[in-house]
Formats: sequence, C-alpha cells, structure tokens
Amino acid sequence: MLSIRNLHATVDGRPILKGLSLEIAAGEVHAIMGPNGSGKSTLSYVLAGRDGYEITAGEVVFKGRDLLELEPEERAGEGVFLALQYPVEIPGISNLTFLKAALNAIRSYRGEAPLDAMAFLKLSREKARLLEMDDKLLQRAVNVGFSGGEKKRNEIFQMAMLEPALAILDETDSGLDIDALKIVSAGVNRLRAPDRAILMITHYQRLLSDIVPDRVHVLADGRIVASGGKELALELEQKGYAGLGIKDNAAAA
Amino acid sequence: MARLDDSAGHYRALYDTAKAGLPGLGLDWLERLRAEAIERFAATGFPTARTEAWKYTNLQRLARTTARLAPAGRVDAARLAPWTLGDEAARLVFVNGRHDPELSRLPALPAGIEVTTLGRTLDADGDSLRDRLGRQVALDERRLAALNTAFMTDGIVLRLRAGVTVPGPIHVFHIATGDAAPFMVPPRNLILAEAGSAATVVESFVDAGGGAYWTNAVTEIAVGANADIRHVRVQAEGREAHHVGLVEVRVERAGCYRALLLSTGALVARNEYHVILDGEGAEAEIDGASLLDGRRHADATTVIEHRKPHGRSRQVFKNVVDETARAVFQGRVLVAVDAQKTNAHQLSRSLLLAPGAQADAKPELQIFADDVKCSHGSTVGALDATALFYLRSRGIDAPTARALLIEAFVTELIEDWPTGAVRDHIGAVLRSALRREPGGTGPAA
Repeated sequence: MLSIRNLHATVDGRPILKGLSLEIAAGEVHAIMGPNGSGKSTLSYVLAGRDGYEITAGEVVFKGRDLLELEPEERAGEGVFLALQYPVEIPGISNLTFLKAALNAIRSYRGEAPLDAMAFLKLSREKARLLEMDDKLLQRAVNVGFSGGEKKRNEIFQMAMLEPALAILDETDSGLDIDALKIVSAGVNRLRAPDRAILMITHYQRLLSDIVPDRVHVLADGRIVASGGKELALELEQKGYAGLGIKDNAAAA
Repeated sequence: MARLDDSAGHYRALYDTAKAGLPGLGLDWLERLRAEAIERFAATGFPTARTEAWKYTNLQRLARTTARLAPAGRVDAARLAPWTLGDEAARLVFVNGRHDPELSRLPALPAGIEVTTLGRTLDADGDSLRDRLGRQVALDERRLAALNTAFMTDGIVLRLRAGVTVPGPIHVFHIATGDAAPFMVPPRNLILAEAGSAATVVESFVDAGGGAYWTNAVTEIAVGANADIRHVRVQAEGREAHHVGLVEVRVERAGCYRALLLSTGALVARNEYHVILDGEGAEAEIDGASLLDGRRHADATTVIEHRKPHGRSRQVFKNVVDETARAVFQGRVLVAVDAQKTNAHQLSRSLLLAPGAQADAKPELQIFADDVKCSHGSTVGALDATALFYLRSRGIDAPTARALLIEAFVTELIEDWPTGAVRDHIGAVLRSALRREPGGTGPAA
C-alpha cells in the first residue's frame, strides 16, 4: 500500500531524512522507534504534506500514486490520516462542525454524496462511544480546553470517523496516562482492518504491548537502521539504542 | 500654523446658506447651539495627524473636499431587503440623512416607548429636546461632532419610560445614494433610556451607490439606572466614502451599555465610542470586528471613563485585514480616583491576510484608583499555519480551511449574544463580508 524509497528531505536546508526506505502492506501495523532528532516527526509530516519540508530525493508511492505530488487535502481524500503529536486548538469551530466539513470534503473527493445531518450525528455518536468520548467534547471548540489525553483521544476519534486507508500515529501515546492509553489502544485495535495500514511512531515500548505491531523499525539519523518483529521493541527497551550501537542524537548534542 | 485646506471657511459658508432650511428653525436654544458648534469647528477645522487621537487616521483628503449638504435621494425597497432584520419592533430609514416614511415601518408600540425622528420632533415639539440634545457632546473636544451639531437634520429619537422593554430590535437604517459630487450626511440620534428600561437598537450605515459622500454621525445615549441598552452598529460603506461616527454614552448606577461594531470600513472610516460610567456598578461592553480588503481603512477608537466604584467594562476587538487595507484600534480606559473596585479588560486581535495589510493597536490605561483590576492585550499575526495544515490534513481544501479559520476568529465575538434575529443578522453580515460580496449588496438572507 505504501512504498517509501530512498527518501531524502531537508528542513531549512538541513538534511533530516537521508535515504529512508519502508514498505507497508494493507492490513499491517508498523511501528517506528528512534531517538530524538532521528526524523520520526519529519517523516510523518512529509507523508501528510505539511509545508516546510523539501524532498531532495526519493519517492513515496501510495496505492500506486505519487503521494508527494498531492496537496494535504488530496492525500486525505486518498486515505492518508495523520494523528498529530500536538493536536491543534481551534477556537470558534466546534469539533462536530470541523469533522462534518472534513468528512464531507473527503466524500466529495471520492465522488460520494455528503452525509446529511442525521446520518452524520448517528455516525459520530457511534464512533464517540468507541473512544468513550463525552458528547460535550463533540460540541466544544476543537481541542480547546481539552486535557492532553482528551486531545489524543480526539485524534483517534477523527481517525474512526474518517476511516483512512493509512493512519500515521505520531507519538499518540505521549502524554497519556495508563487509563487513557488503554482506551486509545483499544480504539486503534478496533480500527485494525485488512484494507487499512497503520504506522505508529513512538518512543516507548509500552504502546506496543497494547497495539501489537507486525513490524518494528528503528529510525536513526534519517534512515531505517534495523527492522524486525515485535521482539525488536523489547530488545530496544532492554538494551537502549546504544545497546544496538545507535547514537542518540539528542543525548550526543 | 496655516492650514492647507480651507475646510473651516467652506463649512461656515455652507452653514450660512443652509441654516434657514434646517429643522427647528426659530428655536433660540437650538440656533445658539448650532452657531456655537460651527464656530467650534471653524476654529480648528479637521483634525490632522498632529493630534494624537488622529495619528493613524488621515482626513486630509476629506478636509480638501468641498462637500455640499446631502441632496434628497431615493432608494428602492429591494435595496434594503438583505439588511433587514426579522422581528423588528420598528424600522426607520434615512436616505441621505432624511427620514423616508415609505421605507420605514413604525407599528404601534407599548406605552412608554416613544420612537420619533429628530427632524419632525425639532419642528413640532423642539423644546422637549432642549435639555437633552447635545448635552453629552463636548463641542470643544469633538470638532467633527460639532460640525454634525451645526448641520444635524434627522435621525432617531428613542425615549423609553422607566421599566419598559422594547419587544424586538429597533432598526435605524442610514443609506447614502446619489451622484458623484461629494456630499455630507449628518445623522443625529438620541436615545434616552429611563431607569430599568431595555432595548436593542441596530444602526446600519449602508452605501447604495453614494460615491464620494461622507457620513458624519453622532449618537447620544443616556442609560438610566438599571437600564440595559444593546447597540449594534453595522458600518458597511463604499470604497470612496468617508465615515466618522461618534457614540456618546452616559451610564447611571447599575445600568449596562453593550455595543457591537461591525465595520467593513470605507476609504476612511472612524467609529468612535466615548462611554462614561457615571454611577456605581455601571457596566459597558464594546466589542467590534473590522473586516477589511482593498485599500479600506477602519479605525475603532474607544474611551471608557470609570467614574464611580464597582464599574465593569470589557472590550474585545477583532480585525481581519487583507490586501493593503488598514485597521486601527485605539482604546483608552480611564479609572478615576473614586472608581475603586473597577474591573476593566480590553483585548484587540488582528489577523493580517496579506503582506501589505496593516493593523495598529494602541491600548492606554490611565488609572488613578488603587484597588482595581485592569488588563489589556493586543496581538497581530497571520493565519496560524499549523491550524491551516491541520484542517487540510483532514481533507478540507485550502480556501475552505482559510475561510473556516477566519470565520471562527471573528464569530467568537458573538458567542455570548442571545440567540434571535439580531444575532442571526450579525452572523450573516460577518459571513457576507468574509465572502467578499461586493459592497452594498448586503448579507445573504
């Protein structure tokens, strides 16, 4: 479903991704771990199409299309979804207004008729239950006054609503307490599907015991330096990056 | 210093030829008031950038214009339709500053509510206004209000007896129409709300092909003890027009004045509020939004004077500025030595949508009491790139995402307004202005 080949990207002229390659098939869950500054968030933003990243080499093919040529909203239409590490607060737009605009924009991109108000409400209630989200949170302005956990839960709620083909979860576990982590993990697990790929970016093994990945990759200095099954995450937890011979950029700096 | 313009001479001569045709002819007190006013204006002429209060708003082009008095005008009723409110208790339409009874609607109102027009009142029962009209305007300090006072012709007179509540908004329409020759429209409104009364007044200043006219408006409002006056001003005038509007308000004990200003500017527009909280526990809220494009200019200037204890004031101004337009907010809060326990907050936020757009904010707190809570804040910035990306990453295209974010930025202002016809209208005006509908066509129904 997703092929990243020899991807090089710079930020303000500074190389961050330096030849990253990754293959993810439909139905798979992949985890990317790596020290601070290794390029994890850059990868997620490059895939979602955020401004400010220059691709200097390589390609990303998503469902047979050149992903890097598409605008962020077109990628969403094609089925790419990024759960942000720091979800944005938007005063003045309610969660439901925002989601209805998003859902119907994506439906329109796919040539589908917009959902009417009733069908939309029914769907949002159903998905909110999945994440144990209070109805009040749906009426409130997007992420405004939400706790850290509520913001992350809201991201996964959006994912449940938009039903992407490829979901990228950027440190969705950071800032979550144990209970919130359980709810979010259960939500993600229920969204695992044969036609959906999930790419999780995380610092911690903790998340991976709740959402068990098919493959684990270690990203260091802009490249995948190790790949393996779920046991790789455990090994990392025990030995640390240094134990695998990987320099921690943040620690070194 | 010699002035470059001869506006003083021009308007004095205009006054001499026009005065016999102004309403209230033969009322001694009014003649003295008008004569004093034109002299006050003539002594100084138009304010220049050398005056601190006019640092950001330049009237020199207007000062060099030899405007005549507004000619009579006619507009088609269809022109009003998009600006019309639902549930109006009354609608008074002034075309080029003169009351148009055909376009107006004045149904019978409950006892204690008197809605009349200034022109007719001055002619028929002028002495009833003797101790009220002009009482709140300091002619020596407000020179353009002095010019208005010399020429004031028509407007609304709203008198509320103690305890009455007007059952629906009163809509005051000021429409300018005419040929290319520049003219001045001097609307003058007077709102007298006795103790415990309540009303919502919506004023709309709209251009129906008025060209290079200028509106010089004054509204005097006296809010009695425990009275509650809501005052919306929609100022949406032409790209060649000037607008100078002054609202003078005095609020007595525990009375409340709430204002909302929606401005799409003009070539140059200045909307000024001067509110005196003159009784214990008096309150004022002034919120405003300026939505500007092209080379429009809108200046919102407020002065709130806290004179007695336990007063409260709150101001939130939002500007959305595109192309080479310019928004100005000047807010002065004065807290007198006796006004202990005053609570005063002020915030201005500007969103700049283009590199040539400009916003100036000048908050000023002058506090002479020692037990008060006062704050102010001001931000100027571009649309949040992270928020824009967030919306786009959820499938919303860039123009829609921008529009959503801009709309959210301004509609935050009306979240606290009671639901109903006025709020719906304000929302429609805001959305219409944000969609850049051509000036004068009004908001979509």
